[in-house]
This record gives sequence, structure tokens and C-alpha cells, in this order.
Amino acid sequence: MTATATRPPDAAPPATGGKRAPKRERQGAAWVFLSPWVLGAAVLTLLPMAVSLYLSFTDYDMFDAPRWIGFRNYTQMFTEDPRYWRSVITTLTYVVIAVPLQLLLALTVAIALKSVKRGKGFYRSAFYAPSLLGASMSIALVWRAIFNDGGSVDNLLSGMGIDIGGWINKPGWAILSVALLTIWQFGAPMVIFLAGLQQIPAELYEAAAVDGATWWRQFRSITIPMLSPVLFFNLVLQMIQAFQVFTPAFAVSAGKGGPADSTLVYTLYLYDRGFTASHMGYASAMAWALLLAIGVVTAVLFRTSRAWVFYANDNNEGAR
Amino acid sequence: MTTAPITTTAPAARRRPTGRIVLHICLIAVLLVMLYPLAWLLATSFKPADEVIASLKLLPSHFEWGNYSTALDGVNEVSVGRLLWNSLLIAGGAVLGNVISCSLAAYAFARLRFRMRGPLFAFMIATIMLPHHAILIPQYIIFNQLGMVNTYWPMILPKFLATDAFFVFLIVQFMRGLPRELEEAARIDGCGPFRSFFSVILPLTRPALITTAIFTFIWTWNDFFTQLIYLFEPEKFTLTLALRSFVDASSQSAFGPMFAMSVFALLPIVLFFLAFQRFLVEGMASSGLKG
Repeated sequence: MTATATRPPDAAPPATGGKRAPKRERQGAAWVFLSPWVLGAAVLTLLPMAVSLYLSFTDYDMFDAPRWIGFRNYTQMFTEDPRYWRSVITTLTYVVIAVPLQLLLALTVAIALKSVKRGKGFYRSAFYAPSLLGASMSIALVWRAIFNDGGSVDNLLSGMGIDIGGWINKPGWAILSVALLTIWQFGAPMVIFLAGLQQIPAELYEAAAVDGATWWRQFRSITIPMLSPVLFFNLVLQMIQAFQVFTPAFAVSAGKGGPADSTLVYTLYLYDRGFTASHMGYASAMAWALLLAIGVVTAVLFRTSRAWVFYANDNNEGAR
Repeated sequence: MTTAPITTTAPAARRRPTGRIVLHICLIAVLLVMLYPLAWLLATSFKPADEVIASLKLLPSHFEWGNYSTALDGVNEVSVGRLLWNSLLIAGGAVLGNVISCSLAAYAFARLRFRMRGPLFAFMIATIMLPHHAILIPQYIIFNQLGMVNTYWPMILPKFLATDAFFVFLIVQFMRGLPRELEEAARIDGCGPFRSFFSVILPLTRPALITTAIFTFIWTWNDFFTQLIYLFEPEKFTLTLALRSFVDASSQSAFGPMFAMSVFALLPIVLFFLAFQRFLVEGMASSGLKG
């Protein structure tokens, strides 16, 4: 059943590097290796994208055939659905709080770790561990308990005379507890920062020190520019992930997005519309709006990156 | 202390030992705050029901092993053993799928020439950033049409089709670092692309494959959303999904067993992490550098 080696017509590209085997055979071999990926990309990525675009213009509940309704879903979303906007604002609030703080913490710890000689490997692993555990339901449940009424955070704060109560029951504070869970997982970007820091040639700092540059000056003129590609990579990656936050918001609010829709993040509302309320057309429209929003944000980031991301030596051989 | 100053990039820490000590104290302080939730989880899993809310102390007055035996009974009349097996089945299938399909695709991208290589590679990179939700509903419809809802196929099948482009990319990057001379030599010895993939490249790619396997395992294990939409029969639930039943139960009396179960659910990840931390940290570190 496997559709092997869809042999492309001849006219192979000019083979570089002295390929001795017949081009046609190597081409065929490449397609054999690629076939699972090609099938997956076509059937599980491209086709679903097209279908969800189509469904976003329909009224569809999984049982009856989709009914074409034009832009109805979109107009409803943008003009008649206050919960939709609520979820957009909640998600943006979360992204704007969580991503910069997480990256700032990651960068700070990475810089501190760089100068550590003893126990660097231990620190690195220990700080990284939450990034693996943090996405789990288990930790999300811990978060719910710690930030609940009478939980650890409540006790600690009221001990200091700050009486907020349980964060997860307070609109405004609940999403903050979700953001803290993301910030807690700063280890993954931290590890990437650290690897980037270690690739900055030591001579740069030596030369700067000889010229009498202060620590701050070195940081601003060497570390930041040399690290900017890594910073950019982390920013894009974390941002895209943050837009799709689901599990902690689900756990903290028992799947409802409460209190008062204050943890109703975008994907939680999408899940609610599509899978709880069976408005698959509407949910598809939401999915496409999210896709476009992430695309726009990423494009804007790439655009601005030309101004602040500095590539020292462009010798990556990768296709771009 | 006595290491020769090979790295000369940290003047403050190098010159003054006190500065170094302060640095360590700060790092340990941050570490303790970070580890608190984990310590809390472990402690609470041993606490008797009346101590969970009332007591401010982290440590339980006595260890309540009953929480664990309650947790072992499972939820919805499904035992923890069964839930664990289900979780392992999905994660194991996903690992197998990703390692096979991603290394195949990666080899083509890293080493073989074919038409449309550039555009296809760019497309593959773009799908790394594609939000999963954009394709979620049609995928659900497809799997529904195939009668695969409430089975594990929706979680495993896509992995055999290399849909986790992140790992294709990871392995491509690794393979590019391998010396080409090896394959040249293999080719002179008469190896075609298949032989040279299986006998030369694949063994050398082991570190990247291990990284792929572990990350796939952990991410699949933790993936709540996919399991939530595809599985609805308690018999088929995973540990992650079973924990969900506790989300709905609001009473705090179930805290002990709930967190005992959470410990069960985290245990494989912790073990993997302890065993393979180098692969994980290095794998993560290298992913960001060669983009």
C-alpha cells in the first residue's frame, strides 16, 4: 500500500560535490526516504489547513453536512461575541506578562551561570527540570492547590500582611498564576542562552577589558549584540508557544476558564466552542484567526529583527 | 578554586572569592524557590487528609502511605497499572514513529539531492511554527471518519508520518555535522543511499535519535490536549487524563490520593531526566544555535 518513490521527471539540479551515482537513482532514493514526511505533510498538515479554512465559512456540528454561511462566523466572532474578545485579551495579557519575564529570568540566570565554574552542570540541569515537568497535568494541579484559598502563596502573603486570598479565585490574579507557571519553566530558554553565551569569543571581552570597558559596557556592546540571534530565536519560539497555552488554564479553572472568564485563554475557548458546544465551523474560524495572528506577530518580529539582531558570521550552510 | 583561568570572561567572579560565594548563594536561593512546588507535591502526596489544608508545615506529621494505595486503585474503576500501561503504549508508539520517520526525512534533507529540496525544507521549517490548533479540527474529522476516535491511533499515526518537524530539523542539524568522507568511502565501496544510511549515518546519529526519543516520550506523556479530545472511555484513559477527573472534583479531601497519583504520572519523566539529562540539555541547547 505504500506509495513509494514518486519518481520525479528528469532534469535533476546540478549535483555539487562529485556525485558519482546516477542522478536518477539518487533522486528516487530521496523520495523513498521522504515519503512518510510527504504523506504526513499532505494529509495531516496541508489538507487539514485547507479543510479548516473551508469549515470556517460553514456551520458544522460533526453530524450534519457543513452548511456554507460565508463570513458569518467571522462577523459573529469579531462583532457579536464578547467572550471571544475576552479570550483574546486574556491571552494577550498572559503573553505580554509571561514571555518577557521568562526570557529576562532565563537571560539573568544564564549570565550568572556562565561565570560559575563549580557545579555548572548541576545548576543547568536543575534549572532545566521544570521545563520538562511544567507542561504536565500534575504540576498544573499543584499550581491550582498552591494558589488556592489557604494555599501556600495565600499563607505566605497574608503572613506578610498582604491579603489577596486565593489567586485562582480572583479575576485578574488567576491569569497571573498561570503566567507564573510559564515563568517557572525558564530553564529551556536559559539553556539556549547559556550555549549562546559560551560561543561568544573570549577575545572580545579581553580586548574590551584592555580598553577599560566596564561590565555594563561590555554587556551592552558585546553580550547583547552577540546574543541577539539566540534572543530572537527564544522570543519567537516562546511567543508562539505562549499563544497556545492550554493545560494550566484548564487545570486552574477546572476547564471552565473562570472566575468570570478571566482564565479563558484563546485555545480554551476554542476547545469549548468546538468540542463542548460542537460549533466546529466557529472553532475553525477561531483557529484561522489564531493562525493569522501568530503569522502576523512572527512576521512583525522578523521585520524588526533586522534592526536589532546581529549576525556576526553568516556561515550557516542551512537552507533558509 | 585552583582551576587555571582558562575562561577569562568573568572578571567579578574571578577576582573576588566573596563575589563567587554570593553568586552561589543567589543561585541556590532561586533554585530553592523553584523546587518548592516539587517538594510541596511530594510532601502533600504523603499527608493525611486533615493536614493538607490545616497545616502550614511542608512536612507531614506522619507518612500516610494510604494515599498511594488509594491512588493505586485508580479512578473510574480503572487501576493505575492500566492507566500507566495506556500512557506507555501511546508514548512508546510515538517514540518509535518519530525516531523512524524523522530520521528518514532528515537524511533526505541533510544528504540527498532532489527537486524542490529548498522549498520543501523551508516548508518543513515553517510547520515547526504552525500552531497545532489550526489543523486540529480537520484532523479530528479525518480520524473520526476513519473510526479512530477513542483509539490511540490519532496520537501515534502522525508520528510515523514525521509531523513533528522539530525533530526532523534537529536530526538534520546533527547529520550536517557528520563528515561527508564517510559516505564517500561507503559509496566507493559500493554502498547505495540505503546501505549508507543504515550502516554509516544512522549509527553515528545516535545522540540525536536519543534526544528525539526522550523529548517525544516526555511531550507525548504530558500532552493533555490531544488525549482530552480523542479519548473518552475511562478504560482507555492515560495517567494524564485520569488526573483530569480530579480537576472536576473540588473537595480537598481527595488531595492526598490526587497528588500521589500526580507523583506516579511524573515519575517516568523524572527518571528519564535523571538518566538522560545530558542528552536533553545538549539537545535543547543545540536546537537554538544553528537556526
